[in-house]
Amino acid sequence: MLVTVRLFARLRELTGTTELTQELPDNAVARTAWDALVREYPAIRDYEASISCAVNEEYARLTTPLKHGDEVAFLPPVSGG
Amino acid sequence: MTKRFHISAEPLDAAQIAESVSSPGCGAVTTFVGLVRDHNVGRRVLWLDYEAYEPLARTTFERIGAEASAHWPSVALAIHHRVGRIAIGEASVVIAAASAHRGDAFAACRYAIERVKQIAPVWKHEHFEGGEAWIEGATADPDDEAARQTAFARACS
Repeated sequence: MLVTVRLFARLRELTGTTELTQELPDNAVARTAWDALVREYPAIRDYEASISCAVNEEYARLTTPLKHGDEVAFLPPVSGG
Repeated sequence: MTKRFHISAEPLDAAQIAESVSSPGCGAVTTFVGLVRDHNVGRRVLWLDYEAYEPLARTTFERIGAEASAHWPSVALAIHHRVGRIAIGEASVVIAAASAHRGDAFAACRYAIERVKQIAPVWKHEHFEGGEAWIEGATADPDDEAARQTAFARACS
């Protein structure tokens, strides 16, 4: 399946990309997308313990299953306000 | 009509946002205005660039509004956040809470800003004299009940 991955703030800077497309196995969960991202961009590895993720613009878990066409976003710790 | 939950690059008008939640039954409206300040951890701050995952930020503000309604059913709440480059002294966030009485309006307003800081997908990129840095605070988890209780305790202290 193909999914769109979106990256923000420092994750965007470390990878140099705001959005990319990943091909993942059919049983993929959000963590599968993260692991593929870390293989491609090892500089983001340390964020594993502190990221949040969202699937299709809703907060999700790294265990959330993905399907073809989903948008997965990885969010570093937030600092709004 | 002013939207209740909003994120955009436009400058914020606190008076207009306060007016948007007020109604004839309200005896109190509180507004919280978050400003960009000129110092942080010993650095002279020049400006902040705010970035957000805007669709999720909007639904997160709505979620915070629903949480506040569960605690304070009579309160009408608005949350507006600005993104993009914001100068020292300008507002980055405005929250308005209107209610029949002041207690609920103050509490709901405080609750909302605490929750914005915990779970809104918004990031500050600080530009200071001699460098720049992303500010990273809380790992956003709307289902973290302990964080929600912390926000509630601050609101009611």
